[in-house]
Amino acid sequence: MPANFIPTTADYLRTLPEIILIVAGTLLMLLEGLAGERNRKGTGPIALVAILAAFGAAFLAGLDNRGPAFQNFLIIDDFATFFRLLVLVVGAFSVLCSMSYFERENNDTGEYYALILFSLVGQCLLASSNELIMVFIGLEISSIATYILCGFQRDDRRNNESAIKYFLLGSFATTFLLYGVAWIYGMTGTTKLDEIGKLVADPRAIDTPWMVAACCALMFVGFAFKVSAAPLQSWTPDVYQGAPAPVTMFMSAGPKAAAFAVFLRVFTTGFSTLGESWMPVVWISALLTMIVGNFAALTQSNIKRLLAYSSIAHAGYVLVAIAARSEIGTAAALFYLASYAFMNLGAFAIVTQFSRAKERYVLVEDLAGLSQRQPVTAALFTVFLLSLIGVPLTSGFFGKFYIFKAAIDSKLFWLTVLGLLNSAVAAYYYLRIIVVMYFHEPGQSADTAPAPAPGISITMWASAVMIVVLGVYPGLLLRFATISSFLPK
Amino acid sequence: MNLLTWLIVLPALSFFLLLLLPKSMSGNAKYIALGLSLAIFVMSLGLLGPVLANPGAPSFEINEPWIEQPAIRYHIALDGLSLWLVILSTFLTPLCVLISWNHIKDRVKEYYAFLLLLEVGVIGVFASMDLFLFYVFWELTLVPMYFLIGIWGHDRRIYATLKFFLYTMAGSVLMLAAILYLYSLTGTFDYPVIQQLLASGRVALTPHVEALLFFAFFIAFAIKVPLWPLHTWLPDAHVEAPTAGSVMLASVMLKMGTYGIARFCLPLFGGAARQYAGPIAACAIIGIIVGALVAMVQPNMKKLVAYSSVSHLGFVVLGIFSFNQQGLDGAVYQMLNHGVSTGALFMLVGMLYERQHSLEIKSYGGVATVAPHLTTLFLITTLASIGLPLLNNFIGEFLILQGAAIANFNWAVGAAVGVILSACYMLWMFQRAFLGKTPHDVAHHVTEINLREFVAVAPLVILMVWMGTATQTFLPSISGANKIVLEQTRPANVEVAHHNAR
Repeated sequence: MPANFIPTTADYLRTLPEIILIVAGTLLMLLEGLAGERNRKGTGPIALVAILAAFGAAFLAGLDNRGPAFQNFLIIDDFATFFRLLVLVVGAFSVLCSMSYFERENNDTGEYYALILFSLVGQCLLASSNELIMVFIGLEISSIATYILCGFQRDDRRNNESAIKYFLLGSFATTFLLYGVAWIYGMTGTTKLDEIGKLVADPRAIDTPWMVAACCALMFVGFAFKVSAAPLQSWTPDVYQGAPAPVTMFMSAGPKAAAFAVFLRVFTTGFSTLGESWMPVVWISALLTMIVGNFAALTQSNIKRLLAYSSIAHAGYVLVAIAARSEIGTAAALFYLASYAFMNLGAFAIVTQFSRAKERYVLVEDLAGLSQRQPVTAALFTVFLLSLIGVPLTSGFFGKFYIFKAAIDSKLFWLTVLGLLNSAVAAYYYLRIIVVMYFHEPGQSADTAPAPAPGISITMWASAVMIVVLGVYPGLLLRFATISSFLPK
Repeated sequence: MNLLTWLIVLPALSFFLLLLLPKSMSGNAKYIALGLSLAIFVMSLGLLGPVLANPGAPSFEINEPWIEQPAIRYHIALDGLSLWLVILSTFLTPLCVLISWNHIKDRVKEYYAFLLLLEVGVIGVFASMDLFLFYVFWELTLVPMYFLIGIWGHDRRIYATLKFFLYTMAGSVLMLAAILYLYSLTGTFDYPVIQQLLASGRVALTPHVEALLFFAFFIAFAIKVPLWPLHTWLPDAHVEAPTAGSVMLASVMLKMGTYGIARFCLPLFGGAARQYAGPIAACAIIGIIVGALVAMVQPNMKKLVAYSSVSHLGFVVLGIFSFNQQGLDGAVYQMLNHGVSTGALFMLVGMLYERQHSLEIKSYGGVATVAPHLTTLFLITTLASIGLPLLNNFIGEFLILQGAAIANFNWAVGAAVGVILSACYMLWMFQRAFLGKTPHDVAHHVTEINLREFVAVAPLVILMVWMGTATQTFLPSISGANKIVLEQTRPANVEVAHHNAR
């Protein structure tokens, strides 16, 4: 056994966030079993503390303990740190909102929080994996936990539909990824991304270049599914609509960001030399994703479904940044994913609150006159929506701005113009929500809307503050994103 | 922080103050809004001295980094071109507060808050010297206007406000693409630097690229102006907006478009601007005539005034694209004139609406007998809008026609038709609404103008006379700035190509 096979302390410290989350998740499951029927409630705070501890550990690891772990299977670089911190923030706010949601639904169990923690483990692994088997393992840990979360309300038919759809389609898409991994291993004899990158760049090492391209395509299918990029986006609206609102909030921000992280890392570190070949595919996919998302959202009446289509459209904008194939583009994608996470957290927090027991009020029309009954909630929702539109002085504007700037720098003029026109189309359906909240008379649903629960209030305010602060001083986050955008080629 | 920055910051602070006002105090919102906007206006008069002393050079300049990467600067300045537009904005805001005094009963503090947020946006647009900053303010103006129309507008307000927002946004994203492209060429958003780089030829654009960039900017501005055939959002927005919304929209926001053309399109893409001056002038002339003809058949007063705006703004565009001192001076002067006289028209129409709750011309008649003072003010405004000598629009239209005639005599002929038509539709409306027999309900509802309303309109009427007789107050500074704009505007691309061939 070679000496370097034995993990060092540094290895453990670098993966401490994952370790904390796994331990806490397992502990929650055990506690639940021991506590008996009555005392199962109130395990949310434990999960919250675990996430915060993991955040601290990830922060410290990113600060002065960067480097590879476990023989370069994982790598804790700035890029990984960025995404680990991001998904943990998303996790923390999701737990905050879930606590009041499941209390209301009378289904507040430790199992749920354990699943959230496991899903976060998978996402953290995805962010830091430097090797294709780890990519697969991370993706599976994250996905399987999410499949269960989608169907967590067992008695709800929509939950069941959502979970089964997500599970079947998701597993199918993952097999494509796995197939791609197997092929590339067959050709190069390695699964480590940096070694693959070197071999692929060397024309003598590969005698069938089209096979490499095919591997790329197979993996693209797997990743495109996870980030809900066209033409593999069709699961998103059904799953997002059916899942419990806080789960949708979690899914649309966390796992998506992690999937983009691994997408970026695999295609930059592993296949950057093939950029000329895969760029057109990403180009077309980006455009299709924006068009499908935005135009389908125009006619939605269910607010969860509308936000699902909007999340497809936003994945399209991030794909534009990937198509730019530059560090500026990567930085723009990171900035965008972070700012998008905040807009979505805020918007879904309000949906979580407003939907009420059994999610009865999830239509756009139900928000009628909210501004007169709950002016603060309506104003905060407006901030999120304006940011989703991309109005200046919100972080959403700078997100779009950096992405399209990166695209222009990479001479993707048509994609820029078409993407920007798309964002003008998108304004319509976001404005429609503002129209309903502000310009319509309050109906029964606004009259009976309860005041936001504390956890949801915190999420709303924190998201709004982040959006406005980043909208005025985007440099705060952009500097971090720029440092983190370096990926070895 | 200099005075100009304060003029952006203060309305913003007022916006937050009004928004955070406790519900119990919302009755006082209008007093607070009036006081603050008046104070801002008085402060803005302090801009006059330095700019008038040297209208061609930037005054009140601040150039501080805002965002490091990409280099976005908080670069604001004022010259003779933007000075009067800023003053017009600060001047109209308190009047708009006055005019909304009793009309707005619902969500009062939000209403005045949005009015002040609009002021932030428009002052920012006129003061920005960084293309990025300009874009930020440009988009920012959409939000308050969207709410002003959407919440406090008339029956079809939702349709109108969505149309307004989407139309403008579609144009401005094209401008954003062009701004980003310019940045990738020059590495800066700073307008004077980009202008220098393009003018000195250190960054050379091929005619093809220049034309594309020119149109990306121009379409965004033309939608805002609005230039025929991109004007269809305007009548809807005007008819549905509350009075103050119409006033700000017509008097200030439309000028953002023409200001943008004069400030950015000409100095940056002079070659393309001159090359395509013919088709654009044709659109402007069609707009002048079509706008006037359509105004003539409108049964709705606000719609009539809205179409008259299309017609008048056609003059402004024509003046700009005649590329000579007279034309450009006339265009800028006409922007101010239109702001004053159309603002007054919308206010007066709004007063009639508050009394009779109708905008249809046919539900009025003989108002002159029951409200002579109101009628007098309306008549002066009507005459100013027609372009009667000694009143403001005459000077602007005269200079534009002169400039157009120098550029191409046929243009002046076409545009002159519009002057005649404007007399037709305005006087015909006046005749139908104010003269003749007074129906019973008009006599019952339409009361004389009260002191508050008089105070709101009288300054505008005084300005109409002032601007029509004492042009020396305004024109030298405008000319000074325009001279620089014209110097910076390069010759047409076609001629360059000719020159190179030889």
